[in-house]
Amino acid sequence: MSGKFVVGYDGSVSSRRALEFATDRARAQGGTIVLVHVLEWSPYSFLTPGELEERHKRRREEMARAEEAIMTTVVAELKDAGVPVETMVRYGNIAELLGKIAKDINAVQIVIGRDGQSAIGARVFGSVAGALVQTSPVPCTIVP
Amino acid sequence: MNKGRISALMSAAGLALAGVPAQAQSIDETVNQIFASSTGWFVNLIFSNLPGTSFPWIVAWLVVGATVFTFYFGFIQFRAVGHAISLVKGDYSDPNDAGEVSHFQALATALSGTVGLGNIAGVAVAVSIGGPGATFWMILAGLMGMASKFTECTLGVKYRNEYADGRVSGGPMYYLTKGFAERGVPGGRIMAVLFSIFCILGALGGGNMFQANQAHQQIAGVLGDYPGWITGLVFAGVVFAVIVGGIKSIARVTEKVVPFMGLLYVGTALIIIAMNADQIGWAVGQIFAGAFTGLGIAGGMVGALIQGFKRAAFSNEAGVGSAAIAHSAVRTKEPITEGLVSLLEPFIDTVVICTMTALVIIITGQLVAGPDGNYLLNEAGTAIQTVGGTSGVGLTSAAFGSAIGWFPYILAVAVILFAFSTMISWSYYGLKAWTYLFGEGETTELVFKVIFCIFVVIGAAANLGPVIDFSDAAIFAMAVVNIIGLYILMPIVKRELDSYMRRLKSGEIKKFE
Repeated sequence: MSGKFVVGYDGSVSSRRALEFATDRARAQGGTIVLVHVLEWSPYSFLTPGELEERHKRRREEMARAEEAIMTTVVAELKDAGVPVETMVRYGNIAELLGKIAKDINAVQIVIGRDGQSAIGARVFGSVAGALVQTSPVPCTIVP
Repeated sequence: MNKGRISALMSAAGLALAGVPAQAQSIDETVNQIFASSTGWFVNLIFSNLPGTSFPWIVAWLVVGATVFTFYFGFIQFRAVGHAISLVKGDYSDPNDAGEVSHFQALATALSGTVGLGNIAGVAVAVSIGGPGATFWMILAGLMGMASKFTECTLGVKYRNEYADGRVSGGPMYYLTKGFAERGVPGGRIMAVLFSIFCILGALGGGNMFQANQAHQQIAGVLGDYPGWITGLVFAGVVFAVIVGGIKSIARVTEKVVPFMGLLYVGTALIIIAMNADQIGWAVGQIFAGAFTGLGIAGGMVGALIQGFKRAAFSNEAGVGSAAIAHSAVRTKEPITEGLVSLLEPFIDTVVICTMTALVIIITGQLVAGPDGNYLLNEAGTAIQTVGGTSGVGLTSAAFGSAIGWFPYILAVAVILFAFSTMISWSYYGLKAWTYLFGEGETTELVFKVIFCIFVVIGAAANLGPVIDFSDAAIFAMAVVNIIGLYILMPIVKRELDSYMRRLKSGEIKKFE
């Protein structure tokens, strides 16, 4: 079965572990890795007029930077390892977007890492892992 | 360093400090004199009455404009409210455009530029001079102004500049030049230059000095009197840090706190109105009776009408052209969508927030009435007597304070934040006009930003009556140029609107899942 594994990736150590976990599974099953990098963004945030003017420019820069700094190196590594890979850079809420993408591309699984937030931290700021466990449309693996 | 030198230095510093207020005083007087003598003609011209009446022509100009747009676009402000709300919610925004400027963000930014002292101080002035009836005319002007806002913001997006490096900016300067050229009407360039000059003056005056001045009055009212230049320097320092130093965190905090303050203000007003629920019928009666009879105020019905219209225009800036600058960076393929979103702005600003202020002042009984039910005038005969002899922000503060004792402190904080966010917005509007005239470039922009900060100090330092008159006149002068432009360009907006509405109806324009 050649399923798609959606991996939430931000370059951190924990997301790196998630990627390794997913890569092993994908290689064994002949599946594909869909590497997703989400830039946190809300259309309801508040900006100054100057920031509005520069928003389009900044967005272009942020996406280019994410592509270059985070994705390019990983894609090369995965290609070397013989696992097919697709990349996506998106703006929005991490948990919501990962779920939506997994649904849209018929993924078999979502794999994310977790950064071991304290219980209070997670309660106050919310945790991606927590939200995804509740809302994911496909099975979800959280790699510690 | 020996002791003698230190003490000499300290006394020199002391002298310098002591000298500053005295100097500031004389500077204020000088500035007042120069301004009064050189700009008086301009102020008189803008605020002069229509021949044979006591009705300022500029107020008529704004009202006629709003009325023309209301009819020309078939009461767009009532037809399209539901669709405007869907647009703000993002129902029609492409999810792939996430990370770009949303309709909500453009609206919120424009609102934080207009919601300010006009809603708190301006309304108090309107009600104390024009009586409760001014509220009726203010609401009517707010509703009509929605059509002006719709027209200018559609044009702002349609003729905006999208630069190669990805920046997006627009405003009346651009639609006046590009739009006039498209219609083959000469003079677009001259109109744009005139608009830019008035916009810079308005930015330094109403968008800066007036705000700094009122913020200082408010702080001094809570902390006790102290020299205004101190407030001015602090404000100027913070504004400088944001617009020159690029310290976005300060602006970001303000942008987050301002909407919260707005909600708190409206929420508190609603609570006070609910506390006096039995008075609501009476207050509404006063508003309607006052609107058509004046209830004994100076100038009667016409006085109420002028005050209501004037303060609504000050507050929501519909027809002035400033909002077109703020709204133009939105991500949309259809300029009309931003026009529709922008028509919510006068509604929130004037019909909701200003009305709350007016109702609280009326309902808490701040205006003193005689035994015959007519209002009593103050000694000078210029305004209605108030319970504590207050006016402006002080009157609003007293009204809220009479119901909730500690609220004036919150109000003081709100006034400072509103003033600050209005200054940040206007510094941008002014800068755009400045770069239109003098070209873009770091040095040119820095010159304007430094001038802007200097005017913060001047504005806070003293009661600069003539300067403030002048800056109000400059803001209205923007409307003279802008509305002429809107008349000439409105067929273009009409074409856009008809095409958009047709496609919306046929289902060609759909909601995104």
